[in-house]
Amino acid sequence: MRSLTAGLLLLLASAAQAGQGIGFEGARHLLNRAGFGASDSEVRAFAPLTRVQAVDRLLAATRREASLAPPTFVEAPFVPYYRVRRMNAEERMAELRTRLQQAFELRAWWLHEMAVSPSPLGERMTLFWHNHFATSQQKVRSVPLMYRQNVLLRREALGSFRTLLHGIAKDPAMLVYLDNAGSRREAPNENFAREVMELFTLGEGHYGERDVKDAARAFTGWSLNRDTGEFVYRRAWHDHGEKTVLGRTGRLDGSEVLDILLAHPRTAEFVVAKLWREFVSPTPDRAEVARLAAAFRGAGYEVKPLLKAILTSEPFWAEANRASLVKSPVDLVVGTLRTFGIQPMDYRPAAFAVAALGQSLLQPPNVKGWPGGESWIDSSTLLGRRQWIDRVFRGAEAMSVSAGAEESMTASAPREAIRRTLERGMRTYAFEAERWSQGVEQGLADRRGRVTSLVLAMAPANPVPGGDDEASLVRALVADPVYQLR
Amino acid sequence: MRASRRAFLAACSVLPFAGSAALASVATAPARKLLILVELKGGNDGLSTVVPYADPSYARLRPRLALDRDQVIKLTPDVGLHPSLEKLVPIWESKRLAIVQGVGYPDPNLSHFRSIEIWDTASKSDEYLEAGWLTRAFTHSPSPAGFAADGVVVGSGGMGPLAGRGARAIALANPEQFLRNARLARGEGESRNAALAHILRVERDVLVSAQRLHAQKTFATAFPAGAFGNGVATTAQLAANAAGIAVIRLTLDGFDTHAYQQARQQNLLRQLGEGLSALREALVEIGRWDSTVVATYAEFGRRARENHTGGTDHGTANVHLVMGGKVRGGLHGAAPALDRLDGEGNLAFAVDFRAYYATLLERHWQVRARDVLGGQFAPLDFI
Repeated sequence: MRSLTAGLLLLLASAAQAGQGIGFEGARHLLNRAGFGASDSEVRAFAPLTRVQAVDRLLAATRREASLAPPTFVEAPFVPYYRVRRMNAEERMAELRTRLQQAFELRAWWLHEMAVSPSPLGERMTLFWHNHFATSQQKVRSVPLMYRQNVLLRREALGSFRTLLHGIAKDPAMLVYLDNAGSRREAPNENFAREVMELFTLGEGHYGERDVKDAARAFTGWSLNRDTGEFVYRRAWHDHGEKTVLGRTGRLDGSEVLDILLAHPRTAEFVVAKLWREFVSPTPDRAEVARLAAAFRGAGYEVKPLLKAILTSEPFWAEANRASLVKSPVDLVVGTLRTFGIQPMDYRPAAFAVAALGQSLLQPPNVKGWPGGESWIDSSTLLGRRQWIDRVFRGAEAMSVSAGAEESMTASAPREAIRRTLERGMRTYAFEAERWSQGVEQGLADRRGRVTSLVLAMAPANPVPGGDDEASLVRALVADPVYQLR
Repeated sequence: MRASRRAFLAACSVLPFAGSAALASVATAPARKLLILVELKGGNDGLSTVVPYADPSYARLRPRLALDRDQVIKLTPDVGLHPSLEKLVPIWESKRLAIVQGVGYPDPNLSHFRSIEIWDTASKSDEYLEAGWLTRAFTHSPSPAGFAADGVVVGSGGMGPLAGRGARAIALANPEQFLRNARLARGEGESRNAALAHILRVERDVLVSAQRLHAQKTFATAFPAGAFGNGVATTAQLAANAAGIAVIRLTLDGFDTHAYQQARQQNLLRQLGEGLSALREALVEIGRWDSTVVATYAEFGRRARENHTGGTDHGTANVHLVMGGKVRGGLHGAAPALDRLDGEGNLAFAVDFRAYYATLLERHWQVRARDVLGGQFAPLDFI
């Protein structure tokens, strides 16, 4: 009887807590984790809501399409690979230049979308799936194909993981990236079959070499139309024989293999643990992951309810998990723009900055994506981050265009011209202290405290200068190591 | 500049004696020899790097990819170098290039990520270790206190064998830029928050290294153009430092040649050959060729039989190159047994990669390999 009463009291207490407003700090936490930074007025708007109300509002705002019109070249006809192969050296160089230019513009467009989107959670999830189904323009060599994949990732970002996985397996950019486009029964290419198990669904150690070999046979014939760059099934290339994947035997085709992978409990656990590291903490709680994963699989792999469960869970809100995640370069750059109301004229310098800091969009280092977490920060990238912040908040000469990223552009245009373009564009990234201060709630008793908790996820690591100069306070806060955390 | 002065003092207090040792090291030669590791990322195809051109199985397994007998640079009646590696021939002829064949490990894993993790941590195939093998080496046997760093990773791509706590390792793309930006680091404080503690540790390593690194050496050596050539130039610049560095790691990426291998690998091997040749010349120029060993590594080799898209899939045992003024040139390990592939069509290994590491640890550094590698692995004779 006593334990029942205690249980009831506990239930009431947590219900009461869940019914309370999340407050400024809570809203700040939610918006920074689920989106990219947030302004003072955005945080204030969420502060009175309960956890459930706040998360529902975020989920209701998500979209399946970008709010900005894409660059016009994405509608241009696909340039077939065979045509590029037949080009002479001069034409090929021109084609390469166009491609680099387009990739640069597409990256800038996406960062612009992240910075202004009414659906920052949707953009974060699109980026999450880009990292999960990592595909690189460097190998795909067609920006329109990369754009088509981006559209698919965004459409299903909070939709169905099942639809997304099936879509990705037939996605032209992926078919090129993991070599399935040329895979035929005489000699199946194992690249996609291996990675779909290791990185997209089960995780390493939950399948054998035999599974990889037979799955590769099942995906033979999933190819590209050479002229349009669309998916095509080449019946003659397909291995119609019997295969065994994860113990299931039959004349399996690619779709059936994907369904076998989706039926395996590891798949949901693998995806949920990855989402945990994106939203909650670097160390997934095994029991919670198993619980969330079972619900995820049971409900047909719908992402929205899963995110709602994660974002309203106790661990998400736990004090111990605040400021436990390292910001990615995109978090840092887009988050800074959104938090401080900076509206650049040109997003190419932002694309350039995130690339120099180790996150070149549309060009992850390999099929495993960016490893993230602490590995975002080494001596080179940490100094690069400081330099970028210094430039934005001081307007100093500090951020010259970094050498490393410049090299990758040499093929596209003369270095000097690019450098000038970036320098010009970068000037519109300057933080305007006075304008920003006016946007922060007026008449607060502890204004310094408010500014600090807006900018940082926990108390600063270094001493902050005293005095009334808000601009120097902000500069100290963004230079603090804690600004690298979310 | 008050902040940076304070930061410097803070950095010194983290490492007792560091300040005085730094001064001492300028006068005396670094006590630990230099190791330069070159990662051939993606899994280089060893069979078309060091070519068993006389083996009839080679042409049979590689109908499209096999190099003709008259294309390869013949080193012995059985083995030839890929023609794009011609710059390595003088090093071979001076008997300072060791070719270590058949390097791998039991129960091989064919995933890039898991297999490089095995190589980076020197673990067993089914064992998961946190720290890189070099980090463990420095934990057991620290570099002299005056060193600028235990290890430097040139470029990005993760800390690899230098990952984890216990080594003073930094990553940089170019030394001048690193030194210019180091003024933005502070290096103070401690934290129980793991992510924050990591950032603070990186800051401290930056400060300590920045106090001791110089990048003013002008080389007569001409370095090849391109990202790898730049990495080699940076490596040479670091090797020329008065304050020592024990390990430098650089990477040549792009070897995952599932399709259209021929042109891609040709280009990569040309970069490798030109880069290593320039590196040798630069090390000779600064008088460090005799005290340096340069060794390649990769997650795995590639499948013996070519695939249908003009490429090769993930494989197992592989060939690696080692050079240096004290290296015993020639063929080491065992030639690939193309007629005895395993059930997956992969090569058996002849040399455990940990024996390859043990050679570097014991013969180059005089560090007991068993402490680092968690087992007894007899060193090879290439040093």
